[in-house]
Amino acid sequence: MTEIVIDVECLSKRYGSVLAVDEVSFNVQRGAVCALLGANGAGKTTTIAMLLGLLIPTSGRITILGEDMLINRYRVLGRMNFSSPYVDLPQRLTVEENLTVYGRLYGVRNIGERLRQLGSDLDIASFVKRPFRILSAGQKTRVSLAKALINEPELLLLDEPTASLDPDSADRVRSFLSSYQASSGMTILLASHNMMEVERICTDVMIMRAGKIVDQGTPQGLVARYRRSTLEEVFLDVMRETGEGDRNRKAVALP
Amino acid sequence: MSLQASITLSVGRIGAMALRYLYLLRGSWPRILEQAYWPTVQMIMWGFITQFFITNSSWVAHATGVLLSAVLLWDVLFRAQLGVSVVFMEEMFARNLGHLFASPLRPYELVFSMLLISLFRTLLGVGTAALLAIPLYHYSIFDLGLPLLAFFANLLVFGWAIGLLICGLLLRYGLGAESLAWASIFALGPISGIYYPISTLPGWLQPVAWAIPSSHVFEGMRAVLFDHRFDKELFFDAVLLNGIYIVLGMIVFLWVFRIARVRGLLLQVGE
Repeated sequence: MTEIVIDVECLSKRYGSVLAVDEVSFNVQRGAVCALLGANGAGKTTTIAMLLGLLIPTSGRITILGEDMLINRYRVLGRMNFSSPYVDLPQRLTVEENLTVYGRLYGVRNIGERLRQLGSDLDIASFVKRPFRILSAGQKTRVSLAKALINEPELLLLDEPTASLDPDSADRVRSFLSSYQASSGMTILLASHNMMEVERICTDVMIMRAGKIVDQGTPQGLVARYRRSTLEEVFLDVMRETGEGDRNRKAVALP
Repeated sequence: MSLQASITLSVGRIGAMALRYLYLLRGSWPRILEQAYWPTVQMIMWGFITQFFITNSSWVAHATGVLLSAVLLWDVLFRAQLGVSVVFMEEMFARNLGHLFASPLRPYELVFSMLLISLFRTLLGVGTAALLAIPLYHYSIFDLGLPLLAFFANLLVFGWAIGLLICGLLLRYGLGAESLAWASIFALGPISGIYYPISTLPGWLQPVAWAIPSSHVFEGMRAVLFDHRFDKELFFDAVLLNGIYIVLGMIVFLWVFRIARVRGLLLQVGE
């Protein structure tokens, strides 16, 4: 029987009169690489923040690695990790200092060995003594990924992992993620705007619009069902069906 | 997980955060210098004022070093508060709170690491100034003996309490509240009786002064210097008030932390 790593039931988040996430339910199985697709403001980052415990839901239930995140999140936070271009690491600390601090926070044994391994895997060894602030965007992304993998997480949450990267750097990050996932078997949930990225590395896709999951399936399955040639065309079909921002529209029936 | 393993991991995380702040200090010599700079400048200025008063004021002449002791102890309160709130602001400037609280770090562990680093910064800053006062003015605050420890501990804890309250405000209102971190402590100066007895204050203001621990500490300091006695009543009043303020500071911080998780503030803070 396949183990469910993330189980979300009727998850909602309301900020005053704005419903950012609206009764979302989904699950992610162990070893899956699942994408949350959606336009800006669709609710992807809010959903990920709730999964991490950084945001308390208005209603709903989140179970991660068998634990209720609203009650026992500290039992699982050490077994997961995340990376986002919108949350920085301390700028004045060197790469090595940053990774050492996070290694300790996650209770990593033999941090030096782990840093050497990540330095080699992510090609960051040559600049570990440099302050984080002087790194290029591509280097920062790799360091953030190193931080996200410092504890060898069973579940990795990524918010737009290749945002603001040039095509070459983005391609390297995708290749690394694919090979690391294949060798470690970890589960990944990533929020992205990049359809090519999702088609390349994801096994499952959930499309969010106005706080709801309006469709889901495999990348190939969605392309076939919408009779399109790319996931980007599927995404545009879904986004334009009733117009963005219409929070009262009827959701597309889930398969 | 056993209790012992939980405590070991918790201490490890507090140590990790303390290490983070030490890395920050180590990587910037102006920051290290800054720790001792202001206490030393204050000490030098008040040292000269003391020398002037010794020949011109009988009150100060009765107790050599009363002004120097006052200025050094005041800096304990100031550094302790700043040590907590500045460290927290570093996390906000770095937009790092999201990473920190997505890790197993508990809010109270962050608080303990901030208190630890505040103690270190206070000892570094005020300790340097206190040591420099010995060759410069032939005055050693360490001559106060054990009461010095009581004054130091009380001012440190009161500084922590104010620091935690300010961290709560920073988390709730963002870096727009930054000026509070620098300015709030000075509002307490006039009613702490640093350089004059509380009885000097207007009658209506004296109850307010007695409601804060620092006024008890500075009165206690004068009792030691002028009357050569340690006033236990003042000490225990300060301890009692500090107990209230530090618990209040922690409650406010943890309460605002929960509000931040409801409103999504942990991901929004930054420059």
